[in-house]
Amino acid sequence: MKKKIALEITIPNQTRYLGLIGKIGENMAREFDDTVCDRDVLASQLNIVLTESIVNAIKHANATDPNKEVHVRINVNDSEISIHVYDTGCGFDLNTIPSPCFDPGSLNEKGRGIYIIRSMMDSVEYRRTNGGNVLEMKKSLRHG
Amino acid sequence: MNIKTESNRGVIVVFVKEERLDANNSEELKSELNHLFEIGTKDVIVDLKEVRFIDSSGLGVLVSGFKNASTRQGTIKLSGLQTQVKSMFELTRLHRVFDIYATVDDALENR
Repeated sequence: MKKKIALEITIPNQTRYLGLIGKIGENMAREFDDTVCDRDVLASQLNIVLTESIVNAIKHANATDPNKEVHVRINVNDSEISIHVYDTGCGFDLNTIPSPCFDPGSLNEKGRGIYIIRSMMDSVEYRRTNGGNVLEMKKSLRHG
Repeated sequence: MNIKTESNRGVIVVFVKEERLDANNSEELKSELNHLFEIGTKDVIVDLKEVRFIDSSGLGVLVSGFKNASTRQGTIKLSGLQTQVKSMFELTRLHRVFDIYATVDDALENR
């Protein structure tokens, strides 16, 4: 049976909701057939990608303002999952974020979030949209 | 955050008793590790046996602890990494940075 799921979630600009959204991503992945993708791997990846992208919106784009909101849209079909995370902050330039330094002698505490998202998704874009910005992440479900 | 700290054979063992170590709670672990090193603790083991999920903030706090320990000629070891947590260390290549053991006892034996 062909599957098509669309979810729209709005949460306050607070990290306490990360576990809830991560769990939704995990449960969504488990709806899929193992012949389409490795469900456990996908569940783990959706949890991480949703967490990292929402933290990014809360802390960097929305500047930890508790009065703002983060809006998340998840669309899944048999061939692709796409996640859109909307913020209403001033935004940032995705292309200026460097890869983390892997040298044990010059480790940085921060700077792994976007690298982790890029490692798990096929495409990652951040652009201006009406009244804010959107981080758009897509992943094909045909190759795990 | 639910953290339990024990002294065992001269080493402080910090048990992170949470399913998630993420941006919502990792600052509390950072405060605990900072406190331990500030009061002169040299050797720390962080047990992550109960942690099923870690994000970049959680990893960052452990990196902060590693740098703090190194500055003070101390050590920080990790134990009990679940599969998903271990894969995050591998993805970010932090498995090459930390001494990682299966259990707290293994970490204590390799001093």
